[in-house]
Amino acid sequence: MEDILKVEHLHKEFDGFSVLNDINITVKKGEVVVVIGPSGCGKSTFLRCLNGLEEIQDGRVSLHDEVINPNKKNLRKTHEKIGMVFQSYDLFPHKTILQNVVLAPVKVQKRNKDEVEKEARKLLERVGLVSKADNYPRQLSGGQKQRVAIVRAMIMNPEILLFDEVTAALDPEMVKEVLDVVLSLAKEGRTMIIVTHEMAFARAVADRIVFIDGGDIVEESSPEEFFENPKSERAKRFLDSFKYIK
Amino acid sequence: MNSIFETFGFDVLLKGSNMIRLFEGLLVALKISIISVVISIVLGIILGVLMSLKNSVINAISRVYLEIVRIMPQMVLLFIVYFGATKAMNINLTAETASVIVFSFWGTAEMSDLVRGSLISIPLIQYESSEALGLSKYQTYLYVIIPQTIRRLLPLSINLITRMIKTTSLVMMIGIVEVLKVGQQIIEANRKTSPNAAFGIFATIFILYFIACWPISQLSKYLEKKWEN
Repeated sequence: MEDILKVEHLHKEFDGFSVLNDINITVKKGEVVVVIGPSGCGKSTFLRCLNGLEEIQDGRVSLHDEVINPNKKNLRKTHEKIGMVFQSYDLFPHKTILQNVVLAPVKVQKRNKDEVEKEARKLLERVGLVSKADNYPRQLSGGQKQRVAIVRAMIMNPEILLFDEVTAALDPEMVKEVLDVVLSLAKEGRTMIIVTHEMAFARAVADRIVFIDGGDIVEESSPEEFFENPKSERAKRFLDSFKYIK
Repeated sequence: MNSIFETFGFDVLLKGSNMIRLFEGLLVALKISIISVVISIVLGIILGVLMSLKNSVINAISRVYLEIVRIMPQMVLLFIVYFGATKAMNINLTAETASVIVFSFWGTAEMSDLVRGSLISIPLIQYESSEALGLSKYQTYLYVIIPQTIRRLLPLSINLITRMIKTTSLVMMIGIVEVLKVGQQIIEANRKTSPNAAFGIFATIFILYFIACWPISQLSKYLEKKWEN
């Protein structure tokens, strides 16, 4: 499979404080990479660097050999190719669900409005929310809003989807309905990078686990290997923190 | 016939053109407030946007300006501009112009603070998710930020409008014959024939102000409800 995304020597600082030291990773088409690690390890920042929401101090992020850099002019084209779903509900509160979904394809990709609406309804149907098309975000639960946010990213037909702890702000009973949608996308063969704290989900969805701690990739392996036989001491300690002994 | 109508001094309204004069007085007050409101909204939006840019020079100047408006009674401002500035700087200002200047000076300050507040209350994630969807800066403002800002701003600024309308009653202090002044004149002129005119006249003025401001404040309530999220 061809390489879609290439990260070389990515270095990111906030006010002189290094958050990501030297990150190198390549993502192939159709691959699902799950990034895990303790809070504050830099995994969300890593994701934000990938679509130019954060400036980087050194290194290179490229999509199909096209360099992504916050100061570049072609960044808008990049944003069309990289979809992102955030942790907080980021729907536009003054627009209905349908309007939220069709805004970018109509205004950015200049696609035909009727066609886009048809596709939007189909996608909403798929996540079980077509009946909410004319509702406003405030009338939806957190889990429903996140499913809409996923649809809004998908309708742009991105080559790669980034998920930044999309269930971290949800009530526990809503986590599954959102992760089921993500899982179905993975089965479809979509290329995704997922940052999550849900270990069972990570194991189920991942082709590859990337464990980040202290701004470095500490371990990179298949989910089976990572969860059964973590190589590094830090990964072992991290995984132990999810175990409870009675 | 000494009816309740006369006891409470409403009879004077029917004498001559008194009712029409009161209406004309109200129009004078409304004219001053509407001109001031329009100026305040335009200048307030510009200043509010500038303030939200967090430039330290603009911030320092606007803080002094806002503080002056907050501390100074509007009447003192009126006196300074109409009696003070005209003499000291030798400019010829009509009382109406002086009032519009003072009310716009006050309104712009309040409006800019409302605009700044509404703008910075839009969460950062709204900008970021727009960017992540590929919207340009211009599109982000046009479709995402400005509509939300207006929804927050409109009920607040309508409130400001009603406050400006009722505060125009101060302009009689610099000799403008607006509704309150007309009322006083009518009471004076009918002191002998309708000694109880004061209650009737002031009650009518109360109703006139109510008619002018109530629909506006209802509109603000309606919009607030419609746009809550």
